[in-house]
Amino acid sequence: MFEQSISTLAQKLRNKDISSVELTRLFLARIAKLDPQLNSYITVSEQRALEQAAAADALIQNGQGTSLTGIPIAHKDLFCTEGTLTTCGSKMLNNFIPPYESTVTSRIQQAGAVMLGKTNMDEFAMGSSNENSFYGAVKNPWNLDMVPGGSSGGSAAAIAAGLAVAATGTDTGGSIRQPASFCGITGLKPTYGRVSRFGMIAYASSLDQGGPMAKSAEDCAHLMQAMAGFDEKDSTSAETPVEDYLANLNAPLTGLKIGLPKEYFGEGLDPQVADIIMAAVKEFEKLGATVKEISLPNLQLSIPSYYVIAPSEASSNLSRFDGVRFGHRCDDPKDLLDMYKRSRAEGFGSEVQKRIMVGTYALSEGYYDAYYLKAQKIRRLIKEDFVKALNEVDVIMGPVAPTTAFGLGSKTSDPVAMYLEDIYTLSVNLAGIPAMSVPAGFANGMPVGLQVMGNYFAEAKLLNVAHQYQQHTDWHLQTPTMAKGA
Amino acid sequence: MNWEVVIGLEIHTQLSTKSKLFSGAAVGFGAEPNTQTTLVDLGMPGALPVFNKEALRMAVMFGHAINAEIGMSSVFARKNYFYPDLPKGYQTSQMDHPIVGKGYLDVMLDDGTTSRIGITRAHLEEDAGKSLHEDFQGMTGIDLNRSSTPLLEIVSEPDIRSAKEAVAYVKMIHSIVTYLGICDGNMAEGSMRCDINLSLRPKGQQEYGTRTEIKNVNSFRFIEKAIYTEIERQADILEDGGRIIQETRLYDPEKNETRSMRSKEDANDYRYFPCPDLLPVVLTQEYVDGIKATLPELPSQKAARFQSEYGLSEYDANVLSSSRAMADFFETANTIVADAKLTANWVMGELSKLLNQEQLEIENAPVSAKAFGELLVRIKDNTINGKTAKDVLQAIWNGEGSADEIIEAKGLKQVTDTGAIEAMIQTILDANAAQVEQYRAADEDKQKKMIGFFVGQVMKASQGKANPGLVNPILTKMLKG
Repeated sequence: MFEQSISTLAQKLRNKDISSVELTRLFLARIAKLDPQLNSYITVSEQRALEQAAAADALIQNGQGTSLTGIPIAHKDLFCTEGTLTTCGSKMLNNFIPPYESTVTSRIQQAGAVMLGKTNMDEFAMGSSNENSFYGAVKNPWNLDMVPGGSSGGSAAAIAAGLAVAATGTDTGGSIRQPASFCGITGLKPTYGRVSRFGMIAYASSLDQGGPMAKSAEDCAHLMQAMAGFDEKDSTSAETPVEDYLANLNAPLTGLKIGLPKEYFGEGLDPQVADIIMAAVKEFEKLGATVKEISLPNLQLSIPSYYVIAPSEASSNLSRFDGVRFGHRCDDPKDLLDMYKRSRAEGFGSEVQKRIMVGTYALSEGYYDAYYLKAQKIRRLIKEDFVKALNEVDVIMGPVAPTTAFGLGSKTSDPVAMYLEDIYTLSVNLAGIPAMSVPAGFANGMPVGLQVMGNYFAEAKLLNVAHQYQQHTDWHLQTPTMAKGA
Repeated sequence: MNWEVVIGLEIHTQLSTKSKLFSGAAVGFGAEPNTQTTLVDLGMPGALPVFNKEALRMAVMFGHAINAEIGMSSVFARKNYFYPDLPKGYQTSQMDHPIVGKGYLDVMLDDGTTSRIGITRAHLEEDAGKSLHEDFQGMTGIDLNRSSTPLLEIVSEPDIRSAKEAVAYVKMIHSIVTYLGICDGNMAEGSMRCDINLSLRPKGQQEYGTRTEIKNVNSFRFIEKAIYTEIERQADILEDGGRIIQETRLYDPEKNETRSMRSKEDANDYRYFPCPDLLPVVLTQEYVDGIKATLPELPSQKAARFQSEYGLSEYDANVLSSSRAMADFFETANTIVADAKLTANWVMGELSKLLNQEQLEIENAPVSAKAFGELLVRIKDNTINGKTAKDVLQAIWNGEGSADEIIEAKGLKQVTDTGAIEAMIQTILDANAAQVEQYRAADEDKQKKMIGFFVGQVMKASQGKANPGLVNPILTKMLKG
């Protein structure tokens, strides 16, 4: 049952083969049994889940609801959920129960989905391995000694292990796509502005974007349909009408023009990963696509640009965690400055503190022009590269990450190696375009994701491309051993 | 040494929008702490700002009123610093691309001279909350009702050369924003606050001296006094061969002194950068022009009209148009009186005197423009004389009724019956036979001086009600015998 698609489960719910309460209990039991090995959930909201499941059953009984009604899913723990602990993976918010609901979770709730709980993540979404969580590292279901990727590692691991049908994630520099790639699931980072950021705890506001994570592109389309759309509470949300993401899934790919950026296949890329990506591209050629080499010349500059812009915004966004109104406050502060210093030193983990310091430095008087302004100029160049390329091709393909999932603890002492993990994903966020990670094979027994990038608001096209590929491959249907038979 | 003072002002004007600059919470003074807040004003995680378009409209109106360039693409920036009543850890303001660019105002001084004060810029920003240090025994209370209240910060060029000029400029700004209806102008409640940048230099020197900034002065009188004390303080230091330290100072009205708040070394590095949660505010020419068309008559335009339409002097026209409330009061009263000179004299004279005594603004006067007009009509038609009218005005002020009701109730109507006046005069002449003899023996010049005595006696006997216009000729005639 846990391996079924949303469409199949929705049909079973409608046929009364199973009730949402039964389905929810099944997933709660799997979480209780398997998650101690994975640590993919920070909070399991059993009571809320069962209440929502009962409400979903009542709706289905009346012939109402959507394809998501009664489907058990999970939310990354940076979406504020009313009445349910929302930690953002941080000690700082260890006690934070929001009195409000994020737009994304609210829309998914309105569509009738059941929230099983809140998934683990790198603290404040800062990380590529999920080792930066105050609540402990998440393990990769394919190999418990490996990282699941980050920062949405909890969501990716939970889906891969069948502990949720689907989940929300957020992607600031690859945080949906990279864990999706490492865990062998499908993830979509939408166009910046497509999904409301209201109630999403901000890391880097100009880059953050929520999106769906699931086993397949079709499941992502179901979730995306509920998440997407203009929100008057988010000034950066786009008024562009939302497409029907399901209607277009079966469009043929004949004549699809694929661009392969040569910079994505250079030094640092694991040859096995390269082979898998090229094999996937061959598959698309069989489906009628044509392939062309393109260039995104400023790719290398995306790392320095990102690691100035994102920490700069973060240093400001995280100022509100000051111990005054909510979140962690140190014991017995002797004065205001002491309260600020100790509350923040105790509440934030080392990666978060590092990025706050980098960002504060980059914005300081005398350094602003050399760092922040220059990074913004590079950002424009990167965007122009993509705009130019996407005038020539329909989609751009390449690897999501240079390697498969790496060992827990293997890169924690080498931040530069860790940052290089994001080389193929960062530029997409800097440009604001949508991109997906689609399971495309295995290397060393670990999953490899194909990255598919498209033009602004081309989510329907990306989902169509991924879905067609998944109609002809079964990489997305593989289940890790630890998840089987439970 | 002969010092020249150089002053630039930053005026924080609270815009009178219904809701806050970036949230739907109501704006209001005096509500229970933390009752006028939303997630946005509280700086909750995941809360996002939404720009209030009404504040934009008001800022553009102001830009037109000071002949300024309007920023067709303005950008909100974050000003980062930690303070308990600044919930997000940054203030959303505008830095490189303000909504209002360069403009100017022509300010008229009491001596009738006019000077042009340049305005560098005006930008939109959100206010912070308030820290309450009393009532919390060693702790601080935070009230975030004011958090995200819209402010327009109006920054002048260092064009001001005296305390009087500074006050005239602030009054002019006050007058404009209240005319435009974009600020209630209530300085006591903090709707307008002024930061004063001040330096001295030897007369004739080109370079500016080192300046200090006096923060948050909130009345015309305090602005003037703060400037005088700071000029004195700086001049004393400079004349003793000392150096001015660039710093932020506070004015203490009780001690009438400024004192150091923090030096430049302690100043925050605000790490301004464009706010990624808000898009640039891009305006169309159509929008900007549309707002220009809605601009009401401004003080200078009104003053010109009062001269041409009512024949008032330049001085009277300027005084009456200095506040929209006073101008409206004058015009409303005058539609009833139909004698602009009389109305102007009484608004600027007796009414202003009473307002000053009670320290009231004209909009809060207990006498309406209509009641005031009705009183002046009774002067105009000789029902009462000016002296009686002052008493009637006081009675209206005290809530005793309309002019006519008071005149009737107190029997204040002028005696215009010539028979009655003649009888009254006869009684006076009979009682003062010796003075009458003296008068009749005197020459014409002397008689003119002496007649005042008889007029006074008659007015006294009539309790001021005898119409002086009638008393004089009758008295003169009867004295001749």
